[in-house]
Amino acid sequence: MNIFVLVKQVPDTETRIKTKETGIDETGIKWIVSPFDEHALEEALRQKEKNGATVTALSLGPERCVEALRTAYALGVDKAVLLKDDSYNVFDVAYAAAAIAKYLQSAGADVILAGHIAIDSQSSMTPAMIAEHLGCANINNAIELSIEGGSVKVKREVEGGSGVMSSATPVVITASKGLNDPRYPSLKGIMASKKKQIESVDVASLGVSAPKVALASMEPPPPRPPGRIIEGDSPETKARELVKALREEAKVI
Amino acid sequence: MMAILTIAELKGDELKKVSKELLAAARGLGGEVIALLINGNDTHAKELLAAGADVVVKNTLAEYSPQGVANIAAEIAQKKGAKLALAPHSVQGRDYAGRLAVKLGGALVADVVSVKGSESAVEVKKPVYSGKAYANIKVQSPAVITVRPNSQELVTHSGSKVEDGGASAGEVKSVLKDLELTGGTKVQLTDASVVVSGGRGIKGPENWPILQELCDVVGAALGASRAAVDAGWIPHAHQVGQTGKTVSPNCYVACGISGAIQHLAGMGSSKVIVAINKDPEAPIFKVATYGVVDDLFTVVPALTAEFKKVLG
Ligand SMILES: Cc1cc2nc3c(=O)[nH]c(=O)nc-3n(C[C@H](O)[C@H](O)[C@H](O)COP(=O)(O)OP(=O)(O)OC[C@H]3O[C@@H](n4cnc5c(N)ncnc54)[C@H](O)[C@@H]3O)c2cc1C
Repeated sequence: MNIFVLVKQVPDTETRIKTKETGIDETGIKWIVSPFDEHALEEALRQKEKNGATVTALSLGPERCVEALRTAYALGVDKAVLLKDDSYNVFDVAYAAAAIAKYLQSAGADVILAGHIAIDSQSSMTPAMIAEHLGCANINNAIELSIEGGSVKVKREVEGGSGVMSSATPVVITASKGLNDPRYPSLKGIMASKKKQIESVDVASLGVSAPKVALASMEPPPPRPPGRIIEGDSPETKARELVKALREEAKVI
Repeated sequence: MMAILTIAELKGDELKKVSKELLAAARGLGGEVIALLINGNDTHAKELLAAGADVVVKNTLAEYSPQGVANIAAEIAQKKGAKLALAPHSVQGRDYAGRLAVKLGGALVADVVSVKGSESAVEVKKPVYSGKAYANIKVQSPAVITVRPNSQELVTHSGSKVEDGGASAGEVKSVLKDLELTGGTKVQLTDASVVVSGGRGIKGPENWPILQELCDVVGAALGASRAAVDAGWIPHAHQVGQTGKTVSPNCYVACGISGAIQHLAGMGSSKVIVAINKDPEAPIFKVATYGVVDDLFTVVPALTAEFKKVLG
């Protein structure tokens, strides 16, 4: 069985994001594997431990993404592939999905795992688009996964609860936080990962002609109207003042 | 004139508010607005016609699947000549919107909070990098755009046409089964217009009733910080933030929550933020519209009592 895990490299959550007209200022940014992709990686490794499988980590982006793939190696994946695109626009979901699907079409993927959302573009759409390109099922927000023979059974989150979706392979599945607790790389794994081979494929060579979206500009979050501390000599007077503000001034309740 | 397709979503027997918000966004772009209503009734259709739809297309789908919805929506879009589709950025929207975009041969932008321009060239704004920046993105149709619930002002309109779509779910590889809904009649987090959340400051699981009572009085959904979830005080489904749910209510009340960047990522676009925290230096006060520096165990019950009084 071939399991592919989509691993996106994103700025660390604690990184200060400085916007430029055409994107963010990348100087000083610490890059990490997008947190939900860690759950996808963990699940792939657990499935391998249980059923046996070849686990391949796949990333799309500029050369620096090899670091994310080294992290995947350190955790225990068998192979790593970088779809290299130096002018990658992280917001162009359709383009990324088309390129990844194109690669996967000939890679013999049985199960494709990804995080349910990437914390940079905040789109959560790429996996479903890949599934449509591959003509297979997509199952989002998995919290339990079992793979048997050529089929999967997934317990997934839905609004207000959970439900079950089953499918034959190939299938694209996204991981929610509840799926597992990701492991940490071992020191031995980290050392070994430095010597591992990373296959590099130029995205241009895949011949993708997907629609492009253009980033017009980036800006800091809209300023919040200045706040007000509700004063009062007791919790009751503060509560009264707050209710008045919410009902008469802000008109939200 | 070009057409824009919006995809309505139901929750139980009710039309979700976001279904009307999509119509408001579509009306701002010009073009004929067509609402696809799957498994809805005449009341839902009327509501859609009053909220911005020129035409409501009713269709049925026996079993829910992302592929089924995408196949139906694509067939209706093609029939109607719609090159732009707007869907809710909900759990379901995220299931099928990407598939629909591929079917329409189009681009996709997700989780937008503003939609401008015309149906052939749309400019959208969306939060990125955990809400630390906003991206303005230009999209040429064909395209699919998902819209964050609670981000649009509703409009009124008087459309009158209701049609049967007759589109088929087509070939489907997996359907949703064994639904288990928890929380019964309680308000859902992601489309709630008021959210009351508790953090580590609530001290333990035995204290949720203090917040739940306030929720019940104002019709709010109950949220939580990751610290409260990781402590095992409440299931993950309630977590708000970067690794939890994104909410955008009219009013977000943070009780005993410090306001870490990862928490702000999930609630930073709320219209009004109320912070109740006994530490005046807590970062949450930097984003709060109204702050109360006090013990939540005295303020929240007082707030509940006051709301009971004024809301009758
Ligand atoms: C990759 C990553 C992802 C994360 N994702 C999320 C996420 O999705 N959501 C999330 O919330 N966090 C997330 N976090 C965690 C986040 O960094 C914070 O640790 C967390 O939000 C803190 O929760 P808290 O505010 O409840 O607790 P604390 O930071 O401990 O704050 C508790 C607050 O309660 C106040 N308080 C205590 N007692 C009282 C009282 N009696 N009355 C009033 N106030 C009181 C204190 O003054 C304090 O400000 C993430 C972290 C990482 C690294």
